[in-house]
Amino acid sequence: MRDLVKTYPAARGRRGTPATPEVRATDGISLDVRRGEIFGLLGPNGAGKSTLVRQLTGLMRPDSGSVEILGHDILRHPERAARILAYLGQESTALDELTVSLAVETTARLRGLDVRAARAERDDVLEELALTPLASRPLKKLSGGQRRLACFATALVGERPLLVLDEPTTGMDPIARRAVWGAVDRRRAERGTTVLLVTHNVIEAETVMDRVAVLDHGKVIACDSPVGLKEQVAGEVRVELVWRERAPLDVPEVAALRSSAVESGRRWSLRLAPDEARAAVAAVTGGAAFAALDDFTLATPSLEDVYLALGGNGEGLVKA
Amino acid sequence: MSAVPLEAAVRADDRERTAEAAAPLGPRARLFPALAAVYRAQLSRARVARIPLLFVATFQSVGIMILMRGVVDGGDEARAVVAGSSVLVVAFVALNLLAQYFGQLRADGGLDHYATLPVPPAAVVLGAAGAYASFTVPGTVVTAVVGCGLFGLPLGHLWVLAAVIPLAGAALAGLGAALGLLAPRPELATLLGQLGMSAALLLGVLPAERMPGVLQYARDLLPSTYGVEAFARTFGPHPDWAAVALDLAVCAGVGVASLAIATWAYRRAAVR
Repeated sequence: MRDLVKTYPAARGRRGTPATPEVRATDGISLDVRRGEIFGLLGPNGAGKSTLVRQLTGLMRPDSGSVEILGHDILRHPERAARILAYLGQESTALDELTVSLAVETTARLRGLDVRAARAERDDVLEELALTPLASRPLKKLSGGQRRLACFATALVGERPLLVLDEPTTGMDPIARRAVWGAVDRRRAERGTTVLLVTHNVIEAETVMDRVAVLDHGKVIACDSPVGLKEQVAGEVRVELVWRERAPLDVPEVAALRSSAVESGRRWSLRLAPDEARAAVAAVTGGAAFAALDDFTLATPSLEDVYLALGGNGEGLVKA
Repeated sequence: MSAVPLEAAVRADDRERTAEAAAPLGPRARLFPALAAVYRAQLSRARVARIPLLFVATFQSVGIMILMRGVVDGGDEARAVVAGSSVLVVAFVALNLLAQYFGQLRADGGLDHYATLPVPPAAVVLGAAGAYASFTVPGTVVTAVVGCGLFGLPLGHLWVLAAVIPLAGAALAGLGAALGLLAPRPELATLLGQLGMSAALLLGVLPAERMPGVLQYARDLLPSTYGVEAFARTFGPHPDWAAVALDLAVCAGVGVASLAIATWAYRRAAVR
């Protein structure tokens, strides 16, 4: 992929009801994605991920800025987007009433393959994703994860050098997820396929992505490898405390921790420097506080912590 | 970690190669293969999901004819009722259901799927319209045959349905697709589709001579009217084939225009 650079500038306003102010869904975003890379867009709902992707795939025109994919100017030639990328959106309504096999075959034909090639690719992809037993069932009758996998299959046929996947693994069981990432890795290894992945699942982001751009309120607040991002908050450790019933606030050390904790019910979550964390753990595991403690964990920072440290509000991120 | 300098080096290297040839574009789907693929997929979805609705459409038309038997007594009016009821099946499926389908597809993002494939907009619209129109064939034929039986009309010229269904189908499906794609909300698309069908019912089935002048004008504006009239003429002992051809030509003209509008509306709806 010859990096795409896009700048969506100031006035990306989406039409809203007159009562609500204009929302700037993508606000001057510039990103380079390299060929053969799995590049992630991470952010909570409403961060502007989907808007960004719609602009990339030619579904929406930015108010200003530019998009270049593999040497093609997508703003000047929006029709070329469909010929270099395959897009997996969040909706499957166009395919819902088709059988898995027909959905995949039709999509392949609409990507310009002739009947024979479309059928051959369909059979290969269904086999690769272990969907063959479901081939003759309508998408509508499948479970959410299976349907998602069938939609993913439609994104794979007709071989495109760039895959744009909007939350591809939503609702999938671990086996289906593995099938998805296996298929992505194979294409990357064999053909240098580039993948742009939209997700709000931090665990998935950490394991599969080469680089991640963290989006919040239409802006890129960080862009690096997951390891590099985590180094930004390397000085911190996360302490999770779960109290039996409620926190023993009569213990002075516990009362002191409360100010830096994010409370949700019986659970406290704290980001502390290593020696502070050690002191906190010593305080709660010894003496009076221990009797009230149900469970505690110490963890190195995750992408979620990065996100929080960078000023995101953290809501809407999924840890699963 | 050395990640940062390494990346910087890679990036500089990349930039040098940026001038290198752009990636080859994937093939474009050509109009007819794409149309065939969409048609086949749409026909299969219609088979799965719309068969009960086809029964509804047919029963509705047969029911109307039974009802009208008490009102009209043979002759021109009977011909109009049978022809109108038959074309009503086309209006129900091609106009009403297609408007709902496209309205829904547009509202919940289903159009993105087609819009991110290199397929000509006309293929999507014509494929769907064609599939819905073909889907009306059994219902229309059954209605026409039952109608001829009820009113004692000759079955000899029913072959004209082979021209009436595709041409009236094109006009009505084009209208339905355009309404569905232009309606800002799916409920509105449903409403417009229903209204269109009600218009086809009232203006097509009821004998024209008994209508007030304003409605006669409205009747002339509705494309299904010409399908109805063409079909009704063929029940006579000596059909005026020139008039039949003229009526069908109007249907064809409206069909071309409305499908062109629908294609334009699709383009507009796909890229927001």
